[in-house]
Amino acid sequence: MITSAEWSIIGLSLKVSLVAITLTLPLAYALAWLLARRLFPGRSLLDALVHLPLVVPPVVTGWLLLILFGRTGPLGMMLENLFGISLVFRWTGAAVAAAVMALPLMVRAMRLSIEAVDRRLVGAARTLGASPWHAFRTITLPLSLPGILAGAMLGFARSLGEFGATITFVSNIPGQTRTLPLAIYTGLQVPGGESDVTRLAIMSILLSLSALLVSEWLIRRANGARAHVV
Amino acid sequence: MSFEIALRHRIGECELSVQFAVQDQVLGLTGPSGAGKTSLLNCIAGLIRPAQGRIVVGSRVLADTHSGLSVPIEQRHAGYVFQDARLFPHMNVAANLAYGRRRADAAPRSIDSAMVQEVLGITQLANRSPDTLSGGEVRRVAIARALLSGPQFLLLDEPLASLDQPRALEILSMIEDLVREIRIPVLFVTHQPDLLEQLASNILELPQSPLPLQR
Repeated sequence: MITSAEWSIIGLSLKVSLVAITLTLPLAYALAWLLARRLFPGRSLLDALVHLPLVVPPVVTGWLLLILFGRTGPLGMMLENLFGISLVFRWTGAAVAAAVMALPLMVRAMRLSIEAVDRRLVGAARTLGASPWHAFRTITLPLSLPGILAGAMLGFARSLGEFGATITFVSNIPGQTRTLPLAIYTGLQVPGGESDVTRLAIMSILLSLSALLVSEWLIRRANGARAHVV
Repeated sequence: MSFEIALRHRIGECELSVQFAVQDQVLGLTGPSGAGKTSLLNCIAGLIRPAQGRIVVGSRVLADTHSGLSVPIEQRHAGYVFQDARLFPHMNVAANLAYGRRRADAAPRSIDSAMVQEVLGITQLANRSPDTLSGGEVRRVAIARALLSGPQFLLLDEPLASLDQPRALEILSMIEDLVREIRIPVLFVTHQPDLLEQLASNILELPQSPLPLQR
């Protein structure tokens, strides 16, 4: 069936994507809330910056990450000196690349769902004695839950498929940064690698498909649970 | 003094300009749609910050733009029944009613939850979701939710709309009883001032429409 080499590629892909999405989720939601609910100077600029990875070529995003987080980059040096963390050629770097590429999709989905929450309900909660934070926790957050799940799903799928920024930023290192798409690319470079490529491609499709089904199920559950939340 | 209000606030192209001070515990407020009745209630509740003015309810100054005072919405202790009810769709009726309980528990005078539910005829609805309620039921739950939040004054925006006549009269007399018992100021907005003759000793009428801005 599935060889141990293939398992390790799948495991690495899942690890990179899950870490990327888990770490990005709170940041994405905070950005989505800010963009949906607050007017502040520099809002358009922030909006544009968040969307940048969606519109520039992934290779450029990877190159920018290399400049910022590389051994001599300002953020890379800071991480190295303060925490002894290096992202270069490591799976952690692949996770950062996946997170940056997934961020705009997550913010978009969450922002739409926050905008769909009727602000008048938040006002009603406030008149009933809720502080802004309590009203957020009890009204805005639960009502935008389907958008959070949808955003996480989109981001996860995007992370699983991430190629350009990853290979530019952290290269194609077996066991560290060679996720499914990179492994498929590698297989294509090798004469006679077609059968490997086919197997990996099928696994990739199955993985994405199950992520989609799981998220659909979660969203349905979140919507169905509404009537039962006390 | 129950309500002492003087404010000017711009809404779109028009300006709402209101000034009155009344002693009555229950004040009726009427006027054509678009006169700014709901905007006035929103200013009192704190949902709108008036451009200029002073709002005193009971003995509390809630807002005074002159001194820069504006009490946060949640500390105004308004029992606000919205025209559009605004029940929380992700909570059942019981959870909606309990939402303001934390504050009510701290209030000096609290209203008995079972009694309110009984009078409003919503005891059976506790486990229902708001989207399964009829228009009349939604309104009665909204009234109960506001009453049970430990309010220091009530703002009722057309609380009898979409209720049939017998039910409307029943709720009106219940509000009458409650008002007599808890003695808090009530501002009652309605299209049918004749309904209020029993309840309100004073009925104000807002003019046709807010004044267009002077250019």
